Amino acid sequence: MSDGKNPDGIVGRGNREGADLFRDWFDQLDKTAKNKGPSAYVFVMGSIAEILRVFDLPLVFPEINSLQTAVRRVAHEYLGQAEDYGYSPDICGYVKADVALQIRGGDHPMGMIPKPTLAVITNACNTYIKWAEIWERMFHAPVFTIDIPGTRQAGQSFLPGDSDFERDRRYVQAQLNELIDLCQQLTGLSFDIDRFREILHHTNRMNIAWKQVIEFNRNHPSVFNALTDGTIYLGVSNGLRGNPEASLFFEKLREEMEYKASKGIGTLVDEKYRLVFVGVPCYPIFRRFNELFTEWGGTFVNSTYLWFASGGANRGFEYDLNRPLESLAEGLLLSVRDAMDSMFHHNLALEEIIDEYDVDGIVFHPIKSCRTVSTGLADGRRALMEARDIPSLFIESDMMDRRVVSEAQMKNRIDAFFEGLASRKQREALAG
Amino acid sequence: MTVSTFDKWQDQPLDEILYESRELLEDMSFPTVQRWRESGGKVIGHFQVYFPEEIAHAAGALPFKLRGAPVEPRHADSRFGSYLCSIIKSSLELVLSHNIELDMFVTHPICDAARNLAAIWGRNFSYPCQILYLPQNANSSYAAQYLSEEYARLLKDIEVVVDRKVSADDLRHSMSVFNENRSLIRELYTLKREKPWLCSADEAYTLLAIGGLIPREEHNQLLKTVLPMLKSRANKQQDRIRVVFEGGFCEQPPLDMIRMLGKSCYVVDDDLLIGLRYILEDVSLEGDPLFNLAHAYLEKSTYSPVQHDLRKPKEKMLLERIKNAGAEAAIVTAAKMCEPGLEEQVAYTRTLDELGTPYFISEFEENMTSFDHIEIQLETFVENILFS
Repeated sequence: MSDGKNPDGIVGRGNREGADLFRDWFDQLDKTAKNKGPSAYVFVMGSIAEILRVFDLPLVFPEINSLQTAVRRVAHEYLGQAEDYGYSPDICGYVKADVALQIRGGDHPMGMIPKPTLAVITNACNTYIKWAEIWERMFHAPVFTIDIPGTRQAGQSFLPGDSDFERDRRYVQAQLNELIDLCQQLTGLSFDIDRFREILHHTNRMNIAWKQVIEFNRNHPSVFNALTDGTIYLGVSNGLRGNPEASLFFEKLREEMEYKASKGIGTLVDEKYRLVFVGVPCYPIFRRFNELFTEWGGTFVNSTYLWFASGGANRGFEYDLNRPLESLAEGLLLSVRDAMDSMFHHNLALEEIIDEYDVDGIVFHPIKSCRTVSTGLADGRRALMEARDIPSLFIESDMMDRRVVSEAQMKNRIDAFFEGLASRKQREALAG
Repeated sequence: MTVSTFDKWQDQPLDEILYESRELLEDMSFPTVQRWRESGGKVIGHFQVYFPEEIAHAAGALPFKLRGAPVEPRHADSRFGSYLCSIIKSSLELVLSHNIELDMFVTHPICDAARNLAAIWGRNFSYPCQILYLPQNANSSYAAQYLSEEYARLLKDIEVVVDRKVSADDLRHSMSVFNENRSLIRELYTLKREKPWLCSADEAYTLLAIGGLIPREEHNQLLKTVLPMLKSRANKQQDRIRVVFEGGFCEQPPLDMIRMLGKSCYVVDDDLLIGLRYILEDVSLEGDPLFNLAHAYLEKSTYSPVQHDLRKPKEKMLLERIKNAGAEAAIVTAAKMCEPGLEEQVAYTRTLDELGTPYFISEFEENMTSFDHIEIQLETFVENILFS
């Protein structure tokens, strides 16, 4: 489209190109699987892509594979198969979808998924660890845990230069060195420090642009929907992290957002309510779930999901290429810890962004599948409500399991929430 | 600090000691902790599974094991959503309802729910609430060094709470008290294994569990008194199958359920409150005490579904437990909504299936009050083995 309002089709370019890159990535995985090539299974909160790419290991994100089964409306088939195998209905749906995927020999709606040569996990989610144990049993795949100590106590973040931070950093760096040794053994390749620097440089470019993209949503109207558009961006930031394609994508995305902000082009034609989403999206009815909000003129200007599901890339951390391994350890500590904080201490981060993003309401969406994200949401909401006068909605469902998704009930609650928001706006208008 | 918190058992016959111990275990007003506090003592509450209690003990505080309780979460319910295990809610309930008063709370990264607790408690209480990051990469050559430094950090925070410095000798003294305690608990479990008719499942559990409620010196004294009494019982061996109970590493089954299990079979080993006997050997008193404690956690310890260690595949460890206990079957349980426990059940049962080892599978909740259904199923299971 080139009608003057959208030169070179810049508006919507991020979503189109993001979807294409995502598709290409899965096509590559499909080829790898069919050629029985190697792959590394990793997770979104600390993928350590920068090291694994040095060893030419294609990255497989089982979380993303699983959520795609839900978005494509086949998750229930996978969940049922894993439950027949013995897994409880009460455990993480992502894990179960992956178990079924492995039982099916890697057969996924987006193509074949290769088997793991290696699994690299962090402790950002304990289920990562239990999940990887399944691959240990199924494939005897080596599993390497990068243990990243998080914030010990609210408000007590260790920072670079502190002795406490240095202690944790030494531990992380020692593990990174051990991971490099393992990769060398498995692939027969040497660790090329120059290639490593180059990959870090691409991640730096992506991180800087990613942070700025999020910040563009302070604009009125907001320039992207953190729930729907944001999920596309997350797919690229995770799947292609460390690749030049990812850094270019985010730099072009930043350009798109800058353009939209300058022209006053919002993600909604008539933005009435600016919301923040806390939790994990309801993927089994993803489109409809979003519509329940947008039909009222509500849009998500930010979300904790953008923070933790990018492994803290939203911080915009830049690696120091002069001391790359030390800096990777430092960046992992800061970014993954930030991702964990946005789940456990979400109330503190939310307090900060309410004013920055001119937020009208907060939507808490705990899910059955994920205790990491969901356990503290009710209490965090309580604390936030005590600290700030901000309307909020608390709805529970799931990211995978449609058996615990009740659209009608959700709609009732969401409609009532917006009626409350509308009445509040009227009162504020009357009060001048 | 020397405070006697539990003396009703002193100079009593065995049955009376066991009765008083059960009474203490089921008393949700936690009288021993109250007595400790009334004497001016500080209480360090720590959530399941493993906590280096020696560090709190060396600081003169009472390490109190928060392991949930069969209470209605009237206050805590509003702090949590659905789909959570009971222990997460009931542990907070005990403190919100003032059944227990703490001076510090420590949780661990054992599962996705528990690692949220430091933040949740921190929003509700003004005393320090933190997470002790036990290493999740037990196989790193740096793990012991990291953990000893993490223990030093914890010690510094505890020193602020008790307002005193803790010396290396204080730590060594506490470690010797806990070494003795572990040795006595091993003796209790040896008795369970070798002559289970002398100590029923619920009796052994009670004697173990009150260790988390009283100063460890008192627990040692109690065990030293009780163990010879148990051994000299005149109970006769009965024709019961020998089983291992697995699934009690965090949330605890109700005492009545353990009693019910013990009526049908000899529970010759288990993972109930495994944190109290996580370290399998004496911890060395030579050299750096915190490094020794860290080293023991990583190198001289048993297993649980919440510690990932490439050297300890859980199903292999369960098979070893069954073999070492001379058991012929396993009771493989998990607390409702306990993700690590439920995930492990699959690995356990598939391995037991492959080997043809009989097992009884179930779920439990600490608030359960009726076990009729499980009892009938278990009796059928036992009869199948006895008469097959």
